[in-house]
Amino acid sequence: MDIAGNWLVGQKSTSLKKIERDLSSGISSLSFTTEKLGKYDSTLVSMLFKCHNFCRQYGISFKIDTLPQGLRELLKLAVAVPEADSAKKIGYNTHNIVRMLGERTLGFLDSCTMYAGFIGDLTITFSKAIFGKARFRMYDLLTLMQRTGPEALPIVALISFLVGLILAFVGAIQLAKYGSEIFVADLVGIAMVREMGAIMVGVVMSGRTGAAFAAELGSMKVNEEISAFKTFGISPIEFLVYPRVLALILMFPLLTVFADVIGMLGGMAIGIGMFDIGYEQYMNRTLAALDIVQISTGIGKSLVFGAIVAVIGCQKGLSAENSSLGVGRATTASVVQSITWIIVADAIFAVAFAIFDI
Amino acid sequence: MNDASENSKGDDVFTVKNLTMAYGDYVVMRDLNFSIKRGEIFFIMGGSGCGKSTLLRHLIGLIKPSKGEIFFEGRNFTEASEDEKIEMIRKFGVLYQGGALWTSMTLAENVALPLREFTNITAREAEDIVDLKLALVGLNGFGAFYPAEISGGMCKRAGLARAIALDPKVLFFDEPSAGLDPISSHRLDELIVQLRDSMGATVIIVSHELASIFDIADRALFLNTATKTQGAIGAPKELLNSEDRAVRVFLNRGVDPLEKKENKSL
Repeated sequence: MDIAGNWLVGQKSTSLKKIERDLSSGISSLSFTTEKLGKYDSTLVSMLFKCHNFCRQYGISFKIDTLPQGLRELLKLAVAVPEADSAKKIGYNTHNIVRMLGERTLGFLDSCTMYAGFIGDLTITFSKAIFGKARFRMYDLLTLMQRTGPEALPIVALISFLVGLILAFVGAIQLAKYGSEIFVADLVGIAMVREMGAIMVGVVMSGRTGAAFAAELGSMKVNEEISAFKTFGISPIEFLVYPRVLALILMFPLLTVFADVIGMLGGMAIGIGMFDIGYEQYMNRTLAALDIVQISTGIGKSLVFGAIVAVIGCQKGLSAENSSLGVGRATTASVVQSITWIIVADAIFAVAFAIFDI
Repeated sequence: MNDASENSKGDDVFTVKNLTMAYGDYVVMRDLNFSIKRGEIFFIMGGSGCGKSTLLRHLIGLIKPSKGEIFFEGRNFTEASEDEKIEMIRKFGVLYQGGALWTSMTLAENVALPLREFTNITAREAEDIVDLKLALVGLNGFGAFYPAEISGGMCKRAGLARAIALDPKVLFFDEPSAGLDPISSHRLDELIVQLRDSMGATVIIVSHELASIFDIADRALFLNTATKTQGAIGAPKELLNSEDRAVRVFLNRGVDPLEKKENKSL
């Protein structure tokens, strides 16, 4: 083969297809002449490397002794370690829909088993804790309660105030058509207490705290801090997950009551400010609309939502892959799944409440 | 530190029988058979990615063998119940590659945690022990620092202080000299020998640092990536001229002393 001219990145050169066609036409050895070779860079080395691979494939002897010294050395280096078979990853064809469906189904089943195991471990820990045998630091629990409770108040206040405001605005405009704006107090009160308070706290906390749990535990896993707990015989579920779940279960009802009140204030702002309802009138209407059953449905739900956010956040963190990409994925998955499961749980509650007429 | 009955030097602390390590279907190493003697400094060496750290994780019980068994002090570690396993694990101290300090706690709290959890000493006594352990690794006075506030080498030493908090019978090191400058690395080696001598512990080190291997290893085990099983085992100086070519090449940095240099062609 005669190599001539300049071989530089970005310049047109002989196509590899043509070379392969020539090589497969039954020659027994390949050598080179390079008298007319000009400047060259990795483009040429890469072409020669490909030629070497073709030659090996077709059983042609590949002679490099006429090549310039630098090229010879680079080629020797490139072929010194043969391509490893195990290095070829079996990539799966994303266009194959049956295969994709299978992979996804198996993945879903795996994650079900993982959650079942995780919730099982957690249940054992909770029952241990009842007898005072769970191994965790009270200091951690209190810090977590501070972080997930009082520190979340501003954002919860903002969101629930706006939700109350929106509910009142949309509702009052419709009610005004029938001259019954005053019922906006009922609407906002019942909607906040039964549904929106708990759901909004759930959504805000899954983005704020669930994601933080996933990222925290995920990075701890990457840093081998989780392994360090295990090698001291300390269960990460007891030491890390239990206080987090407990903190959220304790804080969620309080945050929900707070969100309910602020949401109603938002409704009141619209009622009083835009529809000329008196303060006392609005208050009386609200109090008349609410009863203890309605308030406790919202609080009951919030306990479940708290558990959902904490369990998913911690589980995603502990099962994160060992890389920064893995931690990012775990965080995203934790937020998406928490919100999904909060809505699903809320739907189940709605059906159950309808059946039992609550 | 050691029970009188278990103090006899030279008996086997770990015995590994027909161990196969795998991640799912991918076999990392198969048919590992070796034992580690009490009081020795034992190196697990091999090229990058050969499964050294995986073997360490099997020995400390973080991964279950896909085949074969591991015995610790004559008891079956692989088949042990959760409670028995935890009882055995408490005799281990592990120094992870980056130190693996718990980042939300100060160095003193890191060292104190195992003491508080597993002994019934008072807070005052725990504090004294923490001071001693930090001083042993040269971090006297750094107790109030958080891991993020100190250098990587210091994190490693603090990790060692935590690993020796409960006076372990077996000390594991995962790549102790990785990321350390030659002087710190040498100091850490000396520290390992001193700790072994003073605490009577068995030391198991995963490393490919030849200087450390020749300096402090009593025996070393070579894991061969090509054959996916164990190569030679023995004192490093003897392994230099071992019959196992792979270990000779490894210990001589890619050159086989028993082979004449020949002209390689493609």
